[in-house]
Amino acid sequence: MSTEARKPPAQIALKIRRILGGKTGWNGVAVQFVFAAILGWIGYEIVSNTRANLENQHIAAGFGFLRNNAGFDVNQTLISYTGSDTFLRVFVVGLLNTLVVSVVGIVFATVIGFIVALCRLSPNWLLSRVGEIYVEIIRNLPVLFQILFWYLAVLAALPNPRQSISLLGIVFISNRGLVIPRPIGESGFEPFLAALAVGIVGALALRVYARSALFQRGQMIRIWPYVLGLLFGLPLVTMLVFGLPFTFELPQLKGFNFAGGSRIIPEFVALTVALSTYTAAFIAEIVRAGILSVHKGQMEAGSSLGLSRGTTLRLIVVPQAMRVIVPPLTNQYLNLTKNSSLAVAIGYPDLVSVFAGTSLSQTGQAIEIIAMTMGVYLLISLLTSAVMSVYGWRVSRSLGA
Amino acid sequence: MKRVTLALSLALAAGLTAQAADAQTLKTVKDRGVLSCGVSQGLPGFSSPDDKGNWTGLDVDVCRAVAAAIFDDPTKVKFVPLSAKDRFTALQSGEVDVLSRNTTWTISRDTSLGANFTGITYYDGQGFMVKKSLKVNSALELNSASVCVQTGTTTEQNLADYFKANNMKYEVIAFGTNDETVKAYEAGRCDVFTTDQSGLYANRLKLANPNDHMVLPEIISKEPLGPMVRHGDDQWFDLVKWTLFAMVTAEELGVTSKNVDEKAKMENPELKRVLGTDGNFGEQLGLTKDWVVRIVKAVGNYGEVFDRNVGSGSPLAINRGLNNLWNKGGLQYAPPIR
Repeated sequence: MSTEARKPPAQIALKIRRILGGKTGWNGVAVQFVFAAILGWIGYEIVSNTRANLENQHIAAGFGFLRNNAGFDVNQTLISYTGSDTFLRVFVVGLLNTLVVSVVGIVFATVIGFIVALCRLSPNWLLSRVGEIYVEIIRNLPVLFQILFWYLAVLAALPNPRQSISLLGIVFISNRGLVIPRPIGESGFEPFLAALAVGIVGALALRVYARSALFQRGQMIRIWPYVLGLLFGLPLVTMLVFGLPFTFELPQLKGFNFAGGSRIIPEFVALTVALSTYTAAFIAEIVRAGILSVHKGQMEAGSSLGLSRGTTLRLIVVPQAMRVIVPPLTNQYLNLTKNSSLAVAIGYPDLVSVFAGTSLSQTGQAIEIIAMTMGVYLLISLLTSAVMSVYGWRVSRSLGA
Repeated sequence: MKRVTLALSLALAAGLTAQAADAQTLKTVKDRGVLSCGVSQGLPGFSSPDDKGNWTGLDVDVCRAVAAAIFDDPTKVKFVPLSAKDRFTALQSGEVDVLSRNTTWTISRDTSLGANFTGITYYDGQGFMVKKSLKVNSALELNSASVCVQTGTTTEQNLADYFKANNMKYEVIAFGTNDETVKAYEAGRCDVFTTDQSGLYANRLKLANPNDHMVLPEIISKEPLGPMVRHGDDQWFDLVKWTLFAMVTAEELGVTSKNVDEKAKMENPELKRVLGTDGNFGEQLGLTKDWVVRIVKAVGNYGEVFDRNVGSGSPLAINRGLNNLWNKGGLQYAPPIR
């Protein structure tokens, strides 16, 4: 006697009911659909009303303006840009300026934040007090005020280009910024790059090999002399064989400003310093909390295994602390990126300044430009959180959590 | 809870469905009892607040004249300080009824912003200011200079055009507000400060040592400054436009804030028409017959306004030049009131 296999119930329908309806069953699903329809209708009304009103008032609409000539200049461009380029290019120029200040700011904020956190945790009385004072002062002052302070105070202290401070005659500091020699590629440039690439790949391979040796066979291999040799020795040898990879173009005072060389504008310096020191104060507290959240028994266990204090910190305490640190750290990275829009106060040409500022008032198309700008900030923030989530997930996984 | 949310979203949607742009600005202003006027964040001579918060200046007086014509009271104005880049949005969204903020009349602003210029209150042109210690006598000597400019202005584009046309290099540093721009110039971040020439003289007064700075002779652009109103309300457009013409006409006829009452009694037919003892032009604008008398009593004629704010009676001491009446070698010309 064989029994017919019972047909499984329609899984998908049940799933939908469970997710959307919860305990209320199909009624709940209906409510959700009605709600979604109302939301969609409100969105449609907003868009269509805006369009109609713009048309009634004869205000230009649409994204056609992006192809028009911008007609103004920008003083820091990572890609080539002149006044006769389009508004779309202005958008990219501003976006890159925002990204560069955010990335540099995040790196510095993280480094300063970790150092200050370690100071605060230090048994040394003076160091921990200095860390505490830093955190309490910096995080309790408005960031816009700090940006203006760094800009105006530092500018006022620096001399004009004709009396600029010179370091060895190759680097010049003045109120026009920091001027450094610019590298110009020579014949030895390509072999040099190739050697550098080989060195980096080799060093990474060595590290992978050393780690597998440690985990598989419990064998410690000291790799740093080989890594140094690969990273520095190899390029040096190619330089001796093929000649100098590049020469430097020295800046020279000509008229009002320096001609030649590369220049870092003071707006960038002020903004980066202000944003990174400000965010570092918050990161310091997050890192301190993270390290304190690891039970002190872990440290003791490390020493009883015969590991040094530094090794215990590096291998045992910090990885566990990272699990607590990463989510709030992501918040701080996002804050720093968004705070970079305060750049407009000191004339740094970021996205808000050149696109949502100048371009907006040249074209008058507020809705399109603000929407694009908001979309970009949203995208940057989501990408940052995605990267940090992946990192947090890896940290948790490596701890077996 | 759910019901509240639903009701709220319905109300929101209904609000949005209502027409945003109301074509009855005059009625709205009368109902509100006060004129909302967009001005600068502080440009001496054009619109700046004193230490008691009273606004003065040429642009301010234009709004006061409109308020006087409507309410017979030049104090019924709410001044809204706007940065260069926010000004058009404030006008488009109805936050201000008139934008009187040293704004240059250009074709793109006239056609794509949903707003109209009502006339020209000041004929200006862009110039450069430098420190005397730089020993520069002409804008053509400014190759490789750093230039401070306020963002969101025609100035920024003129600057790019001028340096390109003369094959000179420069570095531009653009700031959000006028004060930030001046501060950076004073701190030495740039060699040159550029804006409309009237603005240069006005801002020079803000510097610690005005005499250490000079305005270069070159004028590199045409900057006709005037008030703006929203598209689509012709009555309001006419009202603001003719307020300005009334001030110019009053100067032409020699009517001043002091003698306006005597002039109104005179038997001159043109004076009778303008000052409202004859005809009903004021009523056709939606105002009263004595609208010009109200305006002139409140702020004076165009010449008085000019002298008091930017001309010989002010610290700026700017010559009338192009802003003189058409029959005295200038460009100020009003169509006849008849």
